[in-house]
Amino acid sequence: MNIKIEVMEHDNLLEVKLAGEIDAYTAPKLRETLFPLSEQEQVNMVVDLTDVGYMDSTGLGVFVGVFKSIRSKDGELKLIGLSKRLIRLFEITGLAEIMDINSQNEGEEE
Amino acid sequence: MPFREVMEAKYRDILTKYIKEQSESTLYIGQKFSRKSIENQVTPEEIISLHKMILQEIYPDMPEYVVHSFDILLEIMLGYGFAYREHQSLRNQQKELRSEIEIAANVQQTLLETKIPSVEGLDIGAISVPARLMNGDYYNFVEDENDCISIAIADVIGKGIPAALCMSMIKYAMDSIPANRNEPSMLLENLNRVVEQNVDPSMFITMFYGMYDYARHVFSYASAGHEPGFYYDGKKREFSEIYAKGLMLGIDKKTKYRQYEKNIHPGDMIILLSDGVTECRTDEGFVEKETLLNYIRKYIHCSAQEIVNNIFKDLEKLQDFQLRDDFTLIIIKRRV
Repeated sequence: MNIKIEVMEHDNLLEVKLAGEIDAYTAPKLRETLFPLSEQEQVNMVVDLTDVGYMDSTGLGVFVGVFKSIRSKDGELKLIGLSKRLIRLFEITGLAEIMDINSQNEGEEE
Repeated sequence: MPFREVMEAKYRDILTKYIKEQSESTLYIGQKFSRKSIENQVTPEEIISLHKMILQEIYPDMPEYVVHSFDILLEIMLGYGFAYREHQSLRNQQKELRSEIEIAANVQQTLLETKIPSVEGLDIGAISVPARLMNGDYYNFVEDENDCISIAIADVIGKGIPAALCMSMIKYAMDSIPANRNEPSMLLENLNRVVEQNVDPSMFITMFYGMYDYARHVFSYASAGHEPGFYYDGKKREFSEIYAKGLMLGIDKKTKYRQYEKNIHPGDMIILLSDGVTECRTDEGFVEKETLLNYIRKYIHCSAQEIVNNIFKDLEKLQDFQLRDDFTLIIIKRRV
């Protein structure tokens, strides 16, 4: 069980690509990477979860924390590449209504 | 006799035997000796000194270079000896910590204790098992004067001690909200404000809150992002998801919660759970909703408490007895 975090920065956009599993063991590493980034002014962050095979509620907690932190600095957070299972997790918790999730894929999939 | 007193004689015995005939059984005795010496905190360098001394006794004219070679081995094993002692002291510290956590877990259990109400016409069963020492799931029953039972089931995002501490706070916040505000949607709105203001910003809670009016047999409920439960229609013998939408607690203090109502008929059931039930993972993947419902069907003739106990046992077995997440399951049956 491990996680690979890749951060690329270009033209004011922070692209984060994650691969692996996000659970209680890997979430701290994710938090340590994303939080400092989220605390800058007006961050525009896109997190790609295409290669995330598993995420539990601990991972959800990290994204909500990052989301709140980015919003308080007038930035934006977008999550893309969510699997059906992940979408369900965001829908049940009501987060799908306030967070930008899979918006770029909608046209392609439907 | 203490091990250290016989250690020398024993080692001499093993060594001479093995030098004479290299048998498996002597090697096995050597293994047992090694376990005993570890138990008695004999360091690696002590064993080497012993080895050197005994060899010199048996072979008084052992070549000088062999004797010297032991000095170098001894020097090198010193580092291993230190590492070993450090390991021992860490193990002791870990034992202390563990016993402290066990005490904390007991305190938590006492703090969060709730009694399943016994009401005529209803059969209620509940189980909550932590994945580790402390539980981040929580359920609570309250019976009030208006013929109502309220049921709360909650899950702190996060596991272990921080989650458990947070849960204790939630219980006290719930207890302190005046009884007349116990309408599910109102309760969640109040609780949400408390969590938003007082709990660590990276900690969130999902909660399902229901109120069962056992005079009218109406179940009203609201959910703050909690894993949806199921409703069992006893007449049609069908399950359906208990749909309730709402944002989890602690994110936005202005969140409003919608309240829903359902009439419960004789033979119907309400099934509430935490995501530890649906997130059960086996080698072949997640436990699907259908699998869970099949387990409920399998035990449907049992009492509510037997159903939840049996399902826990089955799912625990399915996961090789390794719970990944706290597991909570509640069943409320209206008697026929």
